[in-house]
Amino acid sequence: MIPLLIGIPAVLAVLFQFVRNEKARGYIVYAGAGIIMLTTVIFIADWIMGGARTLMLYQSTELIDHLMTAGDIFLMCLIIYLSIKYGKVLPIILTILQTALVLYTEFTAEVIEGPHMMVDWLTILMCIIIAFIGGFICIYTVGYMKGYHSHHKEVKDRQPFFFSMLFLFLAAMFGLVLSQNLVWIYFFWEITSVISFLMIGYTRTDEAVNNSFCALWMNLLGGLGFAVAIALMAQMHGSLQLLQVVNTGALLPLMCLSLAGLTKSAQLPFSTWLLGAMVAPTPSSALLHSATMVKAGVYLLIRISPALEGNLVGIIVSSIGGLTFIMASMMAIAQNDAKKVLAFSTISNLGLIVGCTGIGVEETVWAAIFLMIFHAVSKSMLFQSVGATENTLGSRDIEDMHGLIITVPRLAYIMGIGIAGMYLAPFGMLISKWVALKAFVDSGNVILVLFIAYGSATTMFYWTKWLAKLLCFHIPRDTVNDVTRRDEYVSMFFHAATMLLLCLMLPLVAVWMVNPIVRELFGNSTDVLSMSVLTTMAIMLVSIFIVPAVMFFISRRSHREIVPIYMNGINEGDNRFFMNSYGKKEHLYLSNWYLRFEFGRRHLRIPSIIMAAAVLVIGFCLVIGGVSW
Amino acid sequence: MVKVVFVLAYLILAPLLGGLLDGIDRIISARMQRRKGPGILQPFYDLGKLFSKEMIAVNNVQLLLNLSYLVILMIAGAMLFAGADLLMVLFILSTADMFLIMAASSDSSPYANMGASREMLQMMAYEPLTLLIAVGFYLTTGSFQVSDIIREDVSAVLWMPGLLIGFMFTAAIKFRKSPFDLSTSHHAHQEMVKGLTTEMSGTTLAIMNIAEYYEMVLLLGIFCLFFVNSTWWSWIVAVVVCMVIFFAETLWDNVSARVKWKTLLYSCWIVTLVAGGVNILILMLDK
Repeated sequence: MIPLLIGIPAVLAVLFQFVRNEKARGYIVYAGAGIIMLTTVIFIADWIMGGARTLMLYQSTELIDHLMTAGDIFLMCLIIYLSIKYGKVLPIILTILQTALVLYTEFTAEVIEGPHMMVDWLTILMCIIIAFIGGFICIYTVGYMKGYHSHHKEVKDRQPFFFSMLFLFLAAMFGLVLSQNLVWIYFFWEITSVISFLMIGYTRTDEAVNNSFCALWMNLLGGLGFAVAIALMAQMHGSLQLLQVVNTGALLPLMCLSLAGLTKSAQLPFSTWLLGAMVAPTPSSALLHSATMVKAGVYLLIRISPALEGNLVGIIVSSIGGLTFIMASMMAIAQNDAKKVLAFSTISNLGLIVGCTGIGVEETVWAAIFLMIFHAVSKSMLFQSVGATENTLGSRDIEDMHGLIITVPRLAYIMGIGIAGMYLAPFGMLISKWVALKAFVDSGNVILVLFIAYGSATTMFYWTKWLAKLLCFHIPRDTVNDVTRRDEYVSMFFHAATMLLLCLMLPLVAVWMVNPIVRELFGNSTDVLSMSVLTTMAIMLVSIFIVPAVMFFISRRSHREIVPIYMNGINEGDNRFFMNSYGKKEHLYLSNWYLRFEFGRRHLRIPSIIMAAAVLVIGFCLVIGGVSW
Repeated sequence: MVKVVFVLAYLILAPLLGGLLDGIDRIISARMQRRKGPGILQPFYDLGKLFSKEMIAVNNVQLLLNLSYLVILMIAGAMLFAGADLLMVLFILSTADMFLIMAASSDSSPYANMGASREMLQMMAYEPLTLLIAVGFYLTTGSFQVSDIIREDVSAVLWMPGLLIGFMFTAAIKFRKSPFDLSTSHHAHQEMVKGLTTEMSGTTLAIMNIAEYYEMVLLLGIFCLFFVNSTWWSWIVAVVVCMVIFFAETLWDNVSARVKWKTLLYSCWIVTLVAGGVNILILMLDK
């Protein structure tokens, strides 16, 4: 089954290069996404029927190893070619260094042959996320790209390329989460880096090209860390297994792998690339930056987290995560571009997850996995609804979403569910925050406790003001024509339904999915939150839905007279104009608070990058210097 | 059984107690200003009058959102008095506040919107400390459960005086007392009319007032948690201390002027960091 999982998207990716008809391409995407989901379901069912045991696969793979070597070299050449074309030096140095290092290790080092792939619960969870969220994003893309190109005439239509990249990306992600051999993971890791680079540069504007190279060099730096980890493991321990890294617990390889994880999940000081990546069309933002690519970094960190408990690397990883959580959430306050807010909140939430993995005990990893599930669903949904809103309104400024509930109610509901899922009690994200807080307290890390206390306050602020903007009732200035296509809605409704189901099924998700993962990683599992607490949460959730619904019917029974609002001046007819002090008609304009001078990027970006970089550099020095903790 | 009694007592008595406290507050304030002030039952007459008014609204959702605010606050309070998880109570409390903000901003009115924005800012200001209080109780007693916290041998305040001081400081926000009554106040004289409640009238406003009474009692309940332990007389101590705190808040309300939002945010965050953070640090090192 595994070759099929990776193969089908890859074959589809090649296919798109030959299909030029837009309609046919749409149907192939639908069918392709369907097949990928179906394959995943069969794969999982098959695995569970087989007893849900951890499988170790593919002992000797001479031929594929050589193919991958060729692939690595091809990627290197591609990067060099594009860097020369656009006159960039840094990516060339990084890619040559790491590819040379990996090739040298592969051909010289004596390593014990081991399994190359592994299937366990964490893999299964990642496969579900990739297949379903990724698949539905692909379906959404069909409709979105039509709208996008009718909107942005100046951008050259390169849709076949875009769809190829989407599906190739899914293939690479499947490969990444299924692999167990470090060289294999590295290969897929590099593919995701390069694809994200190509997708960010889709529009080929100067800004897009610059941002894509920024993403490239940062991810390549992480790749270099990965390559160093491979070389170290091969030289020192004679093994290229990820499990072996965790078992030996050698600090330097762990530190290098953590560096790779941190760059991929856009933690400070590397968060610039994810912000720059927002110039790309929305589906790629949704796919790369919410659901899958950044999750690759987090996935790697979760895998190695049992080895991080209580050591220097763990402390560094968790401090950087905590710092990112609070800094990114503060910077999100000052943004009025919806996609920028989403980008900052992605970075911030990933920071929380990274902080959890750095502590590396059962509780925090439990919370990290929950956060990852909820974040994937709700962020992907938010990105899609923002994309659809942008196509409809012609702007993605949050200020322009004033009263979206009146103008485009369906999108407003979807966005509202997404936002509520990100921070409101008792939705999913919050329970993870709760567990994380408890675990941070238990681990005795006072700084992280303070980070989470302040960070959740700032998080609350930027989501609430957005939500309030959506729910403003007013008379729209001009009528808005909802141009969102049906396939986009299918995808968004799927996400919304999944979100609600996940919240309702919280106890079951914990028992069936998250507990087994924790058990596999740590060998034993304690009930992090008791069943009764989880059930209470589910009941609370129902009440949060039922209360407004019941109140709706109660309040509808009352008769009331609708009157104009108070404007401290004479209302000019409706609620849109008032008489100003010159006796003229003035348009009412309401704006949110952005606190730009207090929380703006200008003030916080540089200090936070310096701080995080300092932590990272000091960490590397201490680890290389052999300071044990 | 005891739990059911407590919850029922909260649900039935909290608005009465809140109203009485409001009445007392008005009398004390009046005496501080050398006025006679209204009768102690005045808040109830006000409520009665509000309910009897003709229904006037600026849109169709405000009443629904205000009702949700009330009911969710009642749930939060009921959970506290049922001895449930303190952290959960605080989370639901902020969810309830969210409904109030939505109610205020749903009308696209300039003054109500400004009030809603300021309310969000106030939430951001007091939220860190409330979380730290829950953490403090957890460190002191080893549990987030209110029912466990009140069964300790010694009062929690001995271990967390800093958090108590911090909470007294930030509670002025929740009680809507000067200097922190930015979003709306009990007195209709501010630069932005009545802020949050500008567009609320009649029944809608009455519901909002009742919800505030529930919230007031809930907060006093959390203050009580600092003092209550397994002995019976600790309850009396707790009630007396709550009265003292309430008086202090009234006094503070009368002697201070409203501050700017920056002062509010920074002072609350700094007090949280100094009083709360240091307290937590000591607890972590010691326990």
